[in-house]
Amino acid sequence: MASPERGAPPLLQMHGIVKQFPGVRALDGVDLDVAAGEVHCLLGQNGAGKSTLIKVLAGAHRPDAGEIRWEGRPVTFGSPHAADVTGIATIYQELDLVPGLSVAENVFLGHERARLGFTRPRELDDETRALLRRLGHPEIPPGRELGRLSAAGQQVVSMARALSRDARLIVMDEPSAVLDPEEVDNLFRVVRELTAEGVAVVYISHRLEEIRRIGDRVTVLKDGRTVARGLPAPSTPTAEVIRLMTGRTIEYVFPPRPAVPTGDPVLEVDGLGRRGEFADVSFSVRPGEVVGLAGLVGSGRSEILETVYGARKATSGSVRVQGRAVRAGSVRAAVRAGMGLAPEERKSQGLLLAEPVYRNVSLPSLSRFARAGFVRGGAELAAAAAVTAQLDVRPADPTRPVRTLSGGNQQKVVLARWLLEECRVLLLDEPTRGVDVGARSEIYGLIRRLSGQGVAVVLVSSEMPEVLGLADRVLVVREGRVVHQAPAEELDEGRVLDLVMEGSRV
Amino acid sequence: MRDLERPAEAAGTTSTAAPAVEQDRPARASGPDTRSTLARLLDTGAGRNLGLVAVLAVLCVIGIATADTFATTSNLLTILTSASIIGVLTVGMTFVIIGGGIDLSVGKVMALASVWATTLATQSYGPAVMVFCALAVGMGCGLINGVLIAYGRVVPFIATLAMLISAQGLAERISGKRSQIVTDPTIAAIASTRVLGIPLLVYFFAAVVAVGWVVLNRTTFGRRTFAIGGNLEASRLAGIDVRRHTVLLYVVSGLCCGIAAIMIASLTTTGSSTHGTLYELDAIAAVIIGGTLLTGGRGTLVGSILGVLVFTTITNLFILNNLATEVQNIAKGLIIVAAVLFQSRAQRANP
Repeated sequence: MASPERGAPPLLQMHGIVKQFPGVRALDGVDLDVAAGEVHCLLGQNGAGKSTLIKVLAGAHRPDAGEIRWEGRPVTFGSPHAADVTGIATIYQELDLVPGLSVAENVFLGHERARLGFTRPRELDDETRALLRRLGHPEIPPGRELGRLSAAGQQVVSMARALSRDARLIVMDEPSAVLDPEEVDNLFRVVRELTAEGVAVVYISHRLEEIRRIGDRVTVLKDGRTVARGLPAPSTPTAEVIRLMTGRTIEYVFPPRPAVPTGDPVLEVDGLGRRGEFADVSFSVRPGEVVGLAGLVGSGRSEILETVYGARKATSGSVRVQGRAVRAGSVRAAVRAGMGLAPEERKSQGLLLAEPVYRNVSLPSLSRFARAGFVRGGAELAAAAAVTAQLDVRPADPTRPVRTLSGGNQQKVVLARWLLEECRVLLLDEPTRGVDVGARSEIYGLIRRLSGQGVAVVLVSSEMPEVLGLADRVLVVREGRVVHQAPAEELDEGRVLDLVMEGSRV
Repeated sequence: MRDLERPAEAAGTTSTAAPAVEQDRPARASGPDTRSTLARLLDTGAGRNLGLVAVLAVLCVIGIATADTFATTSNLLTILTSASIIGVLTVGMTFVIIGGGIDLSVGKVMALASVWATTLATQSYGPAVMVFCALAVGMGCGLINGVLIAYGRVVPFIATLAMLISAQGLAERISGKRSQIVTDPTIAAIASTRVLGIPLLVYFFAAVVAVGWVVLNRTTFGRRTFAIGGNLEASRLAGIDVRRHTVLLYVVSGLCCGIAAIMIASLTTTGSSTHGTLYELDAIAAVIIGGTLLTGGRGTLVGSILGVLVFTTITNLFILNNLATEVQNIAKGLIIVAAVLFQSRAQRANP
């Protein structure tokens, strides 16, 4: 492992980077310095600002304040192209490759070797072959269609692409998430070869063991700020890293937890599984109880929720509501049985953005306001207005297009929909994503109120405090398995993070 | 336009992004509607059609100025009659497009239905069976389209293109590429009958539009059509049976083809595989200039009908003034472009 050069100015210095989005400071004074030839790990919880920071670095976002120096000279990246020319390449979590093109075409996408506009396929293939050999993958044919390669193969292509641009700093956003253990070994070998040649790597991962294996130094972000910079990766204790990541500055205000409800479970999930996603998930929820699913992005939390709801078809196990089995893979059956889902991607999965609030609210229960198929508009509007008023949706005009509402109020519209449908089981996937801090406590209050009315709630959230503060019972999910189940009072953030990260496969 | 996220929002769409990054411009969340009066007017159903009414008015002024016979009752009835067949197809097309699909097969399904309903064998059973046959053929073709699209997951463009080609082939096969004369007096009389001085075909057209409008705007079926076209995934997760609904949309379009088949068989007193050539493009063009989004979820039936009337009026003007049809097609093309440019401007003023 190459050690950072002392003396010479670091390859990259970022100082006091601020990025403001409407209503939130995604970055609030981030410092990062990366030396040539080192693997610099970037750590932080979901929402700490890692993704925004690498987008600033890639030229996709312009910082509102702060300074970036490249080899000691101040630079600004006005566009992805500018970052590219400087020598920064980013390998995103969702690979940004074109599946229908060949490997070689992908490697040289955007800077094709061409003469007079004619591509030179032979030359492309030769150069691609050389790059792939350098990366230890001579077996990948440059002419192969990219979509036919495995996820790991595609990642190698992504790296070849970074190399083809003579990148001197490569940002890797959770590169190991899609890889098998042997493929991770190979990834690390490639990373070490690159750093030996003086290339710097900024490495983002949630797996602390990986960071210990490959990283030289660690920078920790929390709530948009750098809380620790340049810690030695191999020797910093895990407990210290977790403490840095979790020490909170954002205030979470949770309503008081009522007595744990008793009574027969309304939702019973038994041995639920979906091949390749998760397996053997069992839990039950009583009326008035809130059960939280904690886990990393990609751990299978959302998949479990969507399978319970029938939006994905279970390959094993069963779901019962009030003792009656719900047909697998049928959202309609789930809704009839009394379930409701507030989906993760509110805009693309939850709302008809151009339609008015009341039509979004009445969507699942429309037939109740119809006689022989004819909608009684007055009754529909009145009922929708009543529930939106009950949830304090602002502005209080149910005929406004949903698009014009803030994130928090849009989420209330989704909740209002299921309140009107009188659902007994409410599945919430990231209910406060895109909701500003002030509106969050309102959403928390609503969830509590609904559960107080006897609704059984299943909550998925990336925000650990949210799960711990709202749920009565917490299931910790890791790589498609429930690894721990306990009442929320018995857990704290560090303990959950430990369960979620430390034991994960390397 | 509405689907394009601002860059700042796009930041939040990756799975690990800061949750709070996905702010939805809260500045817009409250306070009075600050959009311009024009933008607000254009946002209402009637307002969006105002432009088309203006175009229609201009065309009428041109008509009155250039041709003495334009403003006569008989000429206006001619315009309405020639609009009626395309108009009926356009009603079905509007449903399909608002629901997020497209139906390229309408012209040739109509031709097939007209041929099937006018074979010697069918005609021997009398007019009721002929009508039933036309409607059944239309709905059957729509059902095949719908099942292929909803359950077979074939792209609507391709499924209905395949239907266009095979319906054409089947119509030629059944008719032996000959025009089949309508000998049944009842069917033949439909086009020549007038009630209160207005041809019966125009009543057919009006009835289909009226029923279509009520279904689209006053029923759960219509509401769900908008929902599915606007956001398929959200509709599915709200518990709507989106596949069954999609099938029904194409059946509705097929039904309109069947009705149009009876009308064209009566008007021309023939059933022929050459009927309806390129009608699908006229119907799509009318829907588009009527303000319906090709991506679905938004649109009005009234707009589509105004679109049909604009096109038929142009054709009529050219005929009255003895101008070549080539020029007429150029004019139609220009109108489509102008209408869509105007609409995208109006949308931008009202994001």
